[in-house]
Amino acid sequence: MQEHEQQRHGPGGFNRRDFLKGSSAAVAATAIVTAEQEALAQKKGSAPVQGPGKVDVTLTVNGKQHKLSVEPRTTLLDALRDQLNLTGCKDDFDTTSCSGSDTIIIDGKAVYASTRLAIEVQGQQIQTVESLRNGNNIDEVLSGFVKHDAMQCGFCTPGFVMATRAFLNQKPKATLKEIQDGLGGNICRCGTYKGITACALEIVKGGA
Amino acid sequence: MAERTISWGPRASNKLIGSETTRIDGLDKASGFAKYTADMNQAGTLYARLLTCKHGHAKITRLNVDAAKKIAGVHTVYLFKNEGDECNWDGDIVAAVAAETADLAEDGVRAIEVSFEEQPHVVDEQDLEAARAAEATKEGIVDRTVGDPDKAIAEADVVHEGYYGIHTISHMCLEPHGAHCSWNDGDDGPKLIARHSTQAVSTTGKQFASKFGLDAADVRVVCNFIGGGFGSKFAADEWGWAAAQMSKDTGRPVRLMLDRATELKTPGTRPSGFANVTLAAKKDGTITAWKSHHWGTNGPQGGTIDGNQMPYVFEFENKKVEATGIKTNCGPNRAWRAPNHPQLCAITDTAMTDLAAKLKMDPVDLYKANLGQLDKVAKENGDLYRAQLDRASELMDWKKNFHAHGEGGTGAVKRGLGVALHRWGGQSVKCEAEVRLFEDGAAQVSIGSQDLGTGTRTVIAMVLAETCGLPLEKVTAKIGSSEYVYGNPSGGSITVGSVSGGTRRAALAAVWKLLDKVATKYDVDGSGLTVGDEAVWSGKKKVCSWKDACRLIGSVPITELGESPLDDGLTSKLVGGVQMADVSVDTDTGIVRINRMVAVQDCGLVINQMTAKSQVYGGLIMGIAYALSEERIMDNQTGRYINADMENYRLPRIGDIGELIVEMYQPDSEYNRGVVGLGEPPVISTGAAIANAVANATGVRVPVLPMTPKRVLDALKGGQA
Repeated sequence: MQEHEQQRHGPGGFNRRDFLKGSSAAVAATAIVTAEQEALAQKKGSAPVQGPGKVDVTLTVNGKQHKLSVEPRTTLLDALRDQLNLTGCKDDFDTTSCSGSDTIIIDGKAVYASTRLAIEVQGQQIQTVESLRNGNNIDEVLSGFVKHDAMQCGFCTPGFVMATRAFLNQKPKATLKEIQDGLGGNICRCGTYKGITACALEIVKGGA
Repeated sequence: MAERTISWGPRASNKLIGSETTRIDGLDKASGFAKYTADMNQAGTLYARLLTCKHGHAKITRLNVDAAKKIAGVHTVYLFKNEGDECNWDGDIVAAVAAETADLAEDGVRAIEVSFEEQPHVVDEQDLEAARAAEATKEGIVDRTVGDPDKAIAEADVVHEGYYGIHTISHMCLEPHGAHCSWNDGDDGPKLIARHSTQAVSTTGKQFASKFGLDAADVRVVCNFIGGGFGSKFAADEWGWAAAQMSKDTGRPVRLMLDRATELKTPGTRPSGFANVTLAAKKDGTITAWKSHHWGTNGPQGGTIDGNQMPYVFEFENKKVEATGIKTNCGPNRAWRAPNHPQLCAITDTAMTDLAAKLKMDPVDLYKANLGQLDKVAKENGDLYRAQLDRASELMDWKKNFHAHGEGGTGAVKRGLGVALHRWGGQSVKCEAEVRLFEDGAAQVSIGSQDLGTGTRTVIAMVLAETCGLPLEKVTAKIGSSEYVYGNPSGGSITVGSVSGGTRRAALAAVWKLLDKVATKYDVDGSGLTVGDEAVWSGKKKVCSWKDACRLIGSVPITELGESPLDDGLTSKLVGGVQMADVSVDTDTGIVRINRMVAVQDCGLVINQMTAKSQVYGGLIMGIAYALSEERIMDNQTGRYINADMENYRLPRIGDIGELIVEMYQPDSEYNRGVVGLGEPPVISTGAAIANAVANATGVRVPVLPMTPKRVLDALKGGQA
């Protein structure tokens, strides 16, 4: 178990290496923006630095645009939870790594919300767990988690739901092994893995 | 029910009790609608961050918070310690800063001027001689002799001597400890509202009240959902007081949650134990003597695991038990799911399996040979172990798959089986439940209880619905606030029994009052009336619908209070369980993989099969964690807890648990003894069962849990030398 790095194989998955690559891609993307801003700034004769004070950002969350004012260092997790009251992504208060309790979906990929800054995800499609429940319209992953009792205290559960949703979107015909690898980026302390696995397997087999 | 006695209905008549029922709050939990302490976004909330000690042991020589207070956005600083005070472990809290945002609070923490003068520290809990040299031991905290163990050992056919141990672990609640506090200036309602992550909704209020000179009634504790507690969240705690004080000082709500590192270091750990054990037996496996000396730490107090219950589950005729505590500069202990039991089991049941190997006996047979020597507690629960061992053996296909010690195959990957057993109390305690029936047909139960994950809401809703003859969705269940009647703190696997007993009593009393009204109105014999299928019945004849019956209530609802515990058969105590593990050990890499786990568990009457089984699955997985990967790692040089984060504090992932087979042991005799708690026992024997399977696979005992690849490889090297 020690040697098994948390991994998410397959198109929707990532492992730590991919994650780092992803981060550098994000940094590169920021760099491009920064270069453009720099050019613009040079024209105007002002510095391109954002912050340290609050800046205005627009986030596209669950299909709606939200204008926020955040410090550049504000994580997407804090912005979603504290400003938009989307508390389904849970903060485990780790500053160096993460249990996955804050998993959301950005442009189709499962992402830990605490690993993104609010300012760097503008223009991207951000999806939180709340979007899977609209009145009586309940996503099959949600109903599957309930049906298979894939929860105890419930704290990791919404993050696991989002990881499962993103994974199954990418791998609708996943095998048990692929499910186990694909959901290996989330941790449950109460021990609800059996129900989560049963839920994912049932959806793969075509009926929740 | 017709006779109007307090009891559970006949097993076959139940519609809900004993069924597999999904949680009534399951969708709210899964969809993120359920609000935990840190999810309270009250307008104007300030966020707190903590300054902690970064040394194993140090004196605070300077502490000045002026610069922190000057930062724009920082509102207040709360001091846990002052200049001159000592910090006794890495993670000991020094101060909290509350600010407009968490980031600004962090700026405030960084701006605090603090200096420490390091003091000598001891953090090694395993090296007894080093602890003695550092004068950090408390010798003889247990020293108990029964019979004449030395004589029995001298006369024994077989004697086994071994060394065993189990390291300290943290609770690692995914939702850290913390509170969101706000004060209310108005005339109505409580003065202080503490939205506290707590296992004790009804009892922490008085701790806030006494701290702030309030009446207990002036404090409301709210905890609708709690993200894990495992025994560590019973108190208001100083961080709870700090949140309340900072809120009082600023007139703003304050949210103070421990950061992950502090969460692992400070609010509780499970004590360690390491032991030298001698076991003596006759050829037929009858154990004649036990001798052990164990040591370990529970932090600064200097205790170790409870020696009075050593050896575990068994009481041998001759025994000597000694224990030495080690005072360390590690975070203090708190109750951790089944306090002492997993450690006692990891020392006792491992030694017994090694004795079986020496006797060339199947360990299942060794247990059976000694079932006449159960300790007082296990004996009181009757001889369930024989049946449970047999059932677990069937589920594991033990007889076919078991092989002699060390004959786990010729390749690098060896496979083996292990077994262990456990016991627990689980008796109900003082608790109340309020049931109300309304004229519109509504039925409600409320208790100042909490749901650690066992499904408290669902359990009491099922009991109320069953008792009223209603479908589950037509009743409501309220917990999570101290405004409701007294609920017991959830510790000791006592909640399901306590709340279901109370709910049943209250619901029966309420229904009987309703039936009296029906009897008068419809001129029938009240004592012959029953409820079911949303109607009132006289024998097989429907008298009226539930709704019609409730219309007779009028504007004043029927309100009944049910108390727990009462000696009326609704609940009882004591459970036992047997667990078996099937593992593969890669002798090249030291990696242990779980193939299969089997758990057979009794707990009296099972209210909800689904959530009960979930408890056992969860116990197995937590057991896999402390058996294979999970431990607090202290650095001797710096005295620091060096793996206090989600990445390096290793917990199993979804692919690490193998196949889990759980069977609730429930013949009618179990149903008839009423409800007994289940939360803790399934975590107890998992570690020992897995350790025994590793020993069976490889022929080498990996003495100390968790069995990390390094410990496995070290043992294999030693074993082959």
